[in-house]
Amino acid sequence: MSSKAIIRFSALVAAGSWIGMLLTALSILFSKNSGLDQSIGDEVPPILMSLFIFALFTFYKFRIERAESINFVDLLWKVFVTGLIATIVSLFFQLIMNMLGNTKLAENVVFLNFIYLSNFGLVAAFLISTFIVWKRLILYQKSRFLLTAWKVFEYALLLGLVMNALPVTVVENFEDVYSVILVLMGLVLSVNMKWVAYLNFKQKWKSILLIALAMFYLGYFSFTLVGASSDIADKTEYFLDIRENIFIIALISFIFIYALFSLLVLLFNLPTSSVFEQKLEEVVSFQKLSQSIQTEQNEERVYEILIESSVNTVFADAAWIELDNEKDGHKYYTHKIDVEGIIRIKNHLKANKIKGILDQGSDKTKNLNKYLATLKGSPYRSMIAFPIKVKGEQEAIIVLLKDVSEGFNRENSKIIGTFSNQAGISIENFRLLTEALQNERYKEELKIAKNVQSSLLPDEVVQDDDYTAAAFSEAADEVGGDYYDTYRINDHKVAMIISDVSGKGTSAAFHMSQMKGVFYSLTQHDISPKEFLDSANNALSRCLDKASFITTSYFVFDSSKKQVEFSRAGHCPTLYYSKAEGKATYFQNKGLGLGILRNEGFKNYIQIDTFFYSPGDILVLYTDGITEASNVKGEEYGYERLKETIEKHSAAPVEEIKKEIISELYAFTGTEAIDDDYTVLIVKFN
Amino acid sequence: MVDVKRIQEGNYELLTVVGDVDASSSIELDTAIEEAIESGGKKFLIDCSSLDYISSAGLGVFMSYIEEFRKRDITMIIYGLNEKVANVFEILGLDQLLTIKQTKEEAKAALG
Repeated sequence: MSSKAIIRFSALVAAGSWIGMLLTALSILFSKNSGLDQSIGDEVPPILMSLFIFALFTFYKFRIERAESINFVDLLWKVFVTGLIATIVSLFFQLIMNMLGNTKLAENVVFLNFIYLSNFGLVAAFLISTFIVWKRLILYQKSRFLLTAWKVFEYALLLGLVMNALPVTVVENFEDVYSVILVLMGLVLSVNMKWVAYLNFKQKWKSILLIALAMFYLGYFSFTLVGASSDIADKTEYFLDIRENIFIIALISFIFIYALFSLLVLLFNLPTSSVFEQKLEEVVSFQKLSQSIQTEQNEERVYEILIESSVNTVFADAAWIELDNEKDGHKYYTHKIDVEGIIRIKNHLKANKIKGILDQGSDKTKNLNKYLATLKGSPYRSMIAFPIKVKGEQEAIIVLLKDVSEGFNRENSKIIGTFSNQAGISIENFRLLTEALQNERYKEELKIAKNVQSSLLPDEVVQDDDYTAAAFSEAADEVGGDYYDTYRINDHKVAMIISDVSGKGTSAAFHMSQMKGVFYSLTQHDISPKEFLDSANNALSRCLDKASFITTSYFVFDSSKKQVEFSRAGHCPTLYYSKAEGKATYFQNKGLGLGILRNEGFKNYIQIDTFFYSPGDILVLYTDGITEASNVKGEEYGYERLKETIEKHSAAPVEEIKKEIISELYAFTGTEAIDDDYTVLIVKFN
Repeated sequence: MVDVKRIQEGNYELLTVVGDVDASSSIELDTAIEEAIESGGKKFLIDCSSLDYISSAGLGVFMSYIEEFRKRDITMIIYGLNEKVANVFEILGLDQLLTIKQTKEEAKAALG
């Protein structure tokens, strides 16, 4: 059954059982008075009464207990409204009674009983709804023990209800003892007053008023009912006397006790509620400080929040934050004090040789209460100061002033200390965040540089009837500067270049692009390798920065003469495999890196070499990333291993030779990660 | 990581280079040489017997002073290169522009 249906059903049962109780009780009374035969048993009205109370209990349990609102004042308001309605209706009955005056009807016991039972219904509704509200208040901060205790109390009450319905008394005086037990249980449970602490000053006043009114209703109802039942008791003994109802008595006492306790606790808590509110303010300020590191905010905002929160929480009359760091220079954030006033205070402290907190770098957090007493012309009599540290370094200092002496207590110092620590953390976090963003940007730029670098390498090398060529280039994580390229000068001439730019990173990628420009502008003029390198050196000397150079080997293949002319500018010696000799050798020719000697003297260091090729010969161009690749033991791959690999696979097609070199290289280093770019360009003559 | 020590010995200043010179530590080498030049000395020996590795950026540092040495009439002699490092100098051709000797004695003799 849904709770809505339960509410409706219980309301229906309550109304039905109340009417039933009224009718049966009145008919019994009437029969007894008139000496007529009684058609209904004496036990029926008490059973119906208990049923009525139980249905009412269920009704309010679901209406109040399940309600979402946990607002205490709202709950108390419900009690007040229920009481008000009950009182108005009850007063209406009283009015009728008064109007009847001393007429016969007013003396009629059946009529009196009718009024009495109607009043009882109203009071029961008020009592039970209040009981449920009290339950919510008591169980606001639950513990296992409290829940169990409450359950026991509720079952004990239920037992009382059942006992009322039973026609016979089991043990003599048992009902009185049981009532006392229930009242004592209620008393014990009534010490749970934690909800009071969560009210602010205004809410406490409201609650006091509402509870006082509820107590007034309770008193009024008890008085009316007890008065009415004693009136009726004078006339007949056949009626439902609430003075004998354990449940109602226990309920009234419990409600009264809890209302009284609440009233007293609320009253005594009134003076301290401002402290509680202040604590709450501190928490909120603290949270604000912590949150002030969001990206759209800046360090300035952190200081502003710090000064505002500090002033508000300790009720300072003036305050300032003095900033003195490398980044922002010297700066003040002030609150109700001007820089002139600050300087006067600082000078006063200096004049009195008060060392400590105001000196940058000192980490003493001092309460400077007594020092200001001697400062004339300033309204301030006490002062505390705290450093704001970022990564252990003092960045700023916060100073708070009050116009009374000894104005700051230990609590104040503590909270300002916490605030300044938090501000320091906020600023540190803010900086870390900025730094992280900066790093992210650098990474992005490096990625672009890497893309530029790889786009500078040709998609494919120029092939010729006389040879087939294969190239491989793998860039290291950091941007390097390996470059190779080919260019067909005419139908029988092809130019080939391999270069390694010194250094790494973005500048290396830049220089590499300059090298590519130099290659394409010079090579088309069909010049000798020596001329090429001279001109390239001349051009690059004007482009490269002071400590940068480029090593290069430049080759011109001439298929009409079956010869290769080449020059070396500081690049690793070229490896040549001669099929006729069955072995590979490194060319030993002189050279000097481009950009090392930036004048005419350069040409003296460059020589030109020529060799004639035969089918099956192999030319291997590479960069030092290959020969200097090292394994875990720190050994380099070296020239000898490269030479042996070529000799071993000399019979294979060029693509396969390339693959073999690469796989042997990776097998040697034992890792996929590479320190320097690997570039290799293999030419096999047909 | 690299460590450069400067000691005045007789009529020359001795710079001892210890460790690896890569892209980042080349800055330290550069600073040390620059300071040595600024101090006004004209004769330098560079002890590279404890130089384990030099990258192209490190070579760039030596290279960048060649012109300045010539202009200021400064003599700088490198000695004690291990085989690997010496090979790197040779391939690049720097051995043709710098005075490189095997031992300290040879270097001192060349300094005159």
